[in-house]
Amino acid sequence: MKNQPAPSKFMRWFDPRFRQMGTWAFILNRVTGLGLALYLLLHLFMLSKLVQGETAYNDFIALAKTPVIKVGEMFVIAAGIIHGLNGIRIGLTSFGIGTRYQKQMFIGLMVVSLILIAGFAYVMFLGE
Amino acid sequence: MSQSKWNITLVVYRQKTGGHGFFQPFPMEVDPDEYVLDAIERVWAFHDRSLTFRHACHHSTCGACGMVVNGVEKLTCITTIRSVTHDGGILKVQPLRNFPVVSDLVVDMSNFYTRLEQAHFGQVAALKNADLAYEKPKYREQEANNERLVDCLECGMCISACPAALTSTSYVGPAILAAIQQTYVQTGDPDLLDCADSQDGAWRCHSAFECTAVCPSNVDPGWRIMDLRKRIVGNRVAKLFEKNKEKVAK
Repeated sequence: MKNQPAPSKFMRWFDPRFRQMGTWAFILNRVTGLGLALYLLLHLFMLSKLVQGETAYNDFIALAKTPVIKVGEMFVIAAGIIHGLNGIRIGLTSFGIGTRYQKQMFIGLMVVSLILIAGFAYVMFLGE
Repeated sequence: MSQSKWNITLVVYRQKTGGHGFFQPFPMEVDPDEYVLDAIERVWAFHDRSLTFRHACHHSTCGACGMVVNGVEKLTCITTIRSVTHDGGILKVQPLRNFPVVSDLVVDMSNFYTRLEQAHFGQVAALKNADLAYEKPKYREQEANNERLVDCLECGMCISACPAALTSTSYVGPAILAAIQQTYVQTGDPDLLDCADSQDGAWRCHSAFECTAVCPSNVDPGWRIMDLRKRIVGNRVAKLFEKNKEKVAK
């Protein structure tokens, strides 16, 4: 019979159509979490290059200062802030704190996220 | 009832046992203040007698007519056509998600009912236990032990809307966890907490709160799951101290 739960349906997690704000928070947490996990792998891979010596290290630093990598780093910072602050909301509501106000908490924390991300972007791209 | 009629297209999911699912359109004239269930019944009465769907009370008491209407779980007997579409618009009706389709809009809810029974969910509770803890009591103190029917209609719409229930075949789902919470509040039976304290129980919830958003009866399953977690952790801590006490006594 069809229409039953299945792990293969996980892509539908990322479809926010007709859903409420809680789903947006759910999707954001998954996307940022997956992004951060991918970044960790990339980070470890890049660090492993350092054992190849001084030239490799200098090449890595030069690469890290290119605009493309800086934009990528900005995404990592944004993902870290969003995931962390949304995580606080989930942690609080999971123990019955502010559960009824989870929507308002989400909006408030995402506004804080935007301010922090804008602050980091200013320092990274215009602060020098 | 409004004076002007609307022309809409009711698009109904069709699937017979073993067959492939498809959508069948039924253009019709409706009163926009009629309910979605009225439009479905019109298809059955005037267009196709082989259409199957569940319904009984027509006034949001039985919970049988829960369906996905234009993408959102609705109790079709209290959802006006006006609230979900517009003149010339489409009204798409599908069976609840996460339940096997038996025929057309009818889903197999037997597993769901079995799980509710396992939670020892009662249909009646004292007023003080039937209301949500954060609500202002609507009764006088001396009436606190008077009983009423509990809010949950057992419609299954919360399970249909839950993203965790979409991908996990073993997750018990919001309605069952809400039932366990309510029964625990009434009985204080610690076995109920043990029952919910598993990866397919209260800890599977990923806090999307879609269950609360679609619940037609103010059960607030999301809040109840979080309350259940709090009680589970409290129970675990209490057990830890009991074990330590026993060790000291020995």
